[in-house]
Amino acid sequence: MDFRLNEEQQMLQDTVARLVRGEYSFEKRLEYSESELGFSADFWKQLGELGLTAVPFPEELGGFGGSGVEVQSVMTELGRGLCIEPYLQSVVLGGGLISQAGNSEQQEQWLGGIASGEVRAAVGLQEPQSFYNLNDVETRAEKTGDGYTLNGRKAVVIGGHCADVLVVSARTSGDSRDADGISLFLVSSDDEGLERRTYPTIDGSKGCDLFLNNVKLGPDALLGEEGKAADVIEYQTGRAISALCGEAVGAMEVACDLTLEYLKQRKQFGVPIGKFQVLQHRMVDMMSELEQARSMAILAASVADEPQSDERRRILAAAKNVIGRSGQFISEQGIQSHGGIGMTWEYNFAHYAKRLVMINHQLGDDDFHLEHYASLLQAS
Amino acid sequence: MNLNYTAEELAFRDEVRAFLDEKLPADIAAKVKGFRRLSKEDHQRWQKILSEQGWYATHWPEEYGGVNWTPVQKHIWDEESSRYGAPRSVPFGVNMVAPVIIKFGTEEQKQRYLPRIVSGEDWWCQGYSEPGAGSDLASLKTRAVRDGDHYIVNGQKTWTTLGQHANMIFCLVRTNTEVKAQEGISFLLIDMDTPGITVRPIITLDGEHEVNEVFFEDVKVPVENLVGEEDKGWTYAKYLLTYERTGLAGIGISKAALQHLKELATRRIKNGRPLIEDASFSQRIAQVEIDLMAAAISNLRIIASVEGGGMPGAESSMLKVRGTEIRQTINDLARRAIGPYAIPFVEEEMDLDYDGDFLSDENAAPVTPQYFNNRKLSIFGGSNEIQKNIVSKMILGL
Ligand SMILES: Cc1cc2nc3c(=O)[nH]c(=O)nc-3n(C[C@H](O)[C@H](O)[C@H](O)COP(=O)(O)OP(=O)(O)OC[C@H]3O[C@@H](n4cnc5c(N)ncnc54)[C@H](O)[C@@H]3O)c2cc1C
Ligand SMILES: Cc1cc2nc3c(=O)[nH]c(=O)nc-3n(C[C@H](O)[C@H](O)[C@H](O)COP(=O)(O)OP(=O)(O)OC[C@H]3O[C@@H](n4cnc5c(N)ncnc54)[C@H](O)[C@@H]3O)c2cc1C
Repeated sequence: MDFRLNEEQQMLQDTVARLVRGEYSFEKRLEYSESELGFSADFWKQLGELGLTAVPFPEELGGFGGSGVEVQSVMTELGRGLCIEPYLQSVVLGGGLISQAGNSEQQEQWLGGIASGEVRAAVGLQEPQSFYNLNDVETRAEKTGDGYTLNGRKAVVIGGHCADVLVVSARTSGDSRDADGISLFLVSSDDEGLERRTYPTIDGSKGCDLFLNNVKLGPDALLGEEGKAADVIEYQTGRAISALCGEAVGAMEVACDLTLEYLKQRKQFGVPIGKFQVLQHRMVDMMSELEQARSMAILAASVADEPQSDERRRILAAAKNVIGRSGQFISEQGIQSHGGIGMTWEYNFAHYAKRLVMINHQLGDDDFHLEHYASLLQAS
Repeated sequence: MNLNYTAEELAFRDEVRAFLDEKLPADIAAKVKGFRRLSKEDHQRWQKILSEQGWYATHWPEEYGGVNWTPVQKHIWDEESSRYGAPRSVPFGVNMVAPVIIKFGTEEQKQRYLPRIVSGEDWWCQGYSEPGAGSDLASLKTRAVRDGDHYIVNGQKTWTTLGQHANMIFCLVRTNTEVKAQEGISFLLIDMDTPGITVRPIITLDGEHEVNEVFFEDVKVPVENLVGEEDKGWTYAKYLLTYERTGLAGIGISKAALQHLKELATRRIKNGRPLIEDASFSQRIAQVEIDLMAAAISNLRIIASVEGGGMPGAESSMLKVRGTEIRQTINDLARRAIGPYAIPFVEEEMDLDYDGDFLSDENAAPVTPQYFNNRKLSIFGGSNEIQKNIVSKMILGL
């Protein structure tokens, strides 16, 4: 058994780390965040030029067929930098769905661009009523002529405000919450009838809700088999959970480092506050949460690209449950250990704290995954 | 033992309810209940209504315009006014500096400042904390040097809540550097318009401007603005802190927040059913409601124990810890209840006059900012760690 990254994986992670160090100061991040685009177009371009947006794609697309481990190496460093580029949405989820479900024309049309970073994708899988259950789909796709007409609404599409292509789920048959009857469609940003309500997010990026009002799509917009998308969605969100674990671990590492440093440097009552045992023990608890999260991230990466099974499902649910809880713990206890300063906009710790809590609201929170895990307890 | 209100107390509660029914402006109540921002004007409008009723300075002696309510009456007021969505009074004038002035101030100070607090002419803020003096308040460095009829004040205060609205600040300043830290501190009342004072905003992680830094550069303060004796300020400061602590458990606010959470969970949908019917979520709500029930009784026990006069002891520190944890748990659950919609930051929906469509729920927008903002509850007014230190020392003898 060997838990270390191999040489190539380490080099990959170092490359991202260098890039983030160079481009992603705290001040610059705030600038990127407040810009119209909501992230750095330039940084995104560099991710593309260095081949980092191509990591999970096969060699013919300029990638190196990286699996869960490689994707996590990238995401961990993006997490350390608190980067707000839509890597998860475009590369992991958008690219993943098109790779798995798309026919050869669709793959040809989109994957090259996504892998190079020239095309940005986003995914609309949630709905206002769906909570975190991605089978809860009420958006309808009616067959009209040889194509489809979409009506409905997709909720909290991170990166959707600036995506060139959107992968959305819609129901072609069945009742809401049936796994059967869900289909995926490629909607392009200028399709008629597509409206977006764009907003900033509390953790510094941007997203939108998509309103689909009689969006007319050709037959080539159907991604994968009609009515059979639930499994694809589950599989790809599983890969995304693993990637998100990587980001979370990166952000937790920095949050812990900052807190530890502060405990040594901040003095009250004539001593560094790190001399108070209650804060020492809390710091230890934060570090052990981080260790738990690291372990689960590694485990998640090891199954991310394996064939679907109940074991894979269990591991990914467990991993997301753990990082959700440890992220919130480190966020809350880190703020508390800092005192007032931990709550200020001007101090980067607060932004890590916000991101960590919001990761829990992406792809299902710890409650959701606990329930999911419990439902799989007796599965073989 | 009798856990019921007396007939007089029940009559008082009816009176309070009738007053709130009639006088509490609906727009203000809607803001409070929806966790929306209150403007300075909102606070002042409500304060004026309370003052007209004679219910603003409820715990002051009658000779200064108070009503001298019993602790139980005060509790009934807190409970009912939170339930109706009345704003809590900004405490710095009426609940903090006033008791100090009443107990330790000169007659002139009482005559000058107390009526201006009741009328709302003065808006006070609290200048205790400094960058280097948080939990270790006694290490404060802001210097006041006597020069004829004035003190010359130099230094910096920080975390000054709503200092941007204030025209008066009460400050702890160092007047003596030769003695033990606690023995060289004085309590000064300072007009914020005095030349040399600069107020700078501190933006908190939820994007709010609620706290400030206040800088003092050769600020001339008349000696008659000293409260009590020079170098005795620590005694007054501690007197004030016990006052502050008793209100911090926020039982009434928690009850209102819990109601808000239940309404939210009734409207939010999970698997086609109201979230509040979800087995695990409803149990989470039930758990915090049970904890709140216990804390509310603890609160009443403390209130009853001081009914004959006197100040609550270190039990109020335990209650502060519990009370703030409960509020933070309620905020955590509200954030969980809105699921993916915890992520969007739709500031425009936080204004009451917003008339567009709501992204998800009409009360969703303030939920996540509120959750983050209320991390402060366990930090200020003496952090929860400091409260526990007090309990171990004062009650347990450790
Ligand atoms: C079932 C069992 C099996 C054991 N087997 C062995 C064995 O095989 N060989 C052997 O040598 N010993 C053994 N021990 C002894 C064990 O190592 C001691 O119990 C342990 O070191 C604690 O010492 P103590 O019981 O004297 O408690 P104390 O040291 O008196 O501690 C009492 C409490 O104070 C806390 N405490 C003490 N110091 C600090 C501090 N600086 N900061 C914060 N908290 C503190 C402790 O955590 C504990 O909660 C065994 C004990 C048990 C219960
Ligand atoms: C939103 C907000 C509003 C505020 N409003 C005001 C205001 O209006 N006026 C004002 O004067 N102040 C105000 N404060 C300041 C508040 O009182 C201080 O933040 C508080 O006293 C803690 O000080 P600190 O932030 O410097 O943290 P520190 O004292 O540096 O504490 C950092 C951490 O160390 C812990 N710690 C410190 N000493 C010990 C110890 N001996 N044992 C164990 N743990 C310890 C603390 O509990 C905390 O977890 C406000 C603060 C906030 C966040």
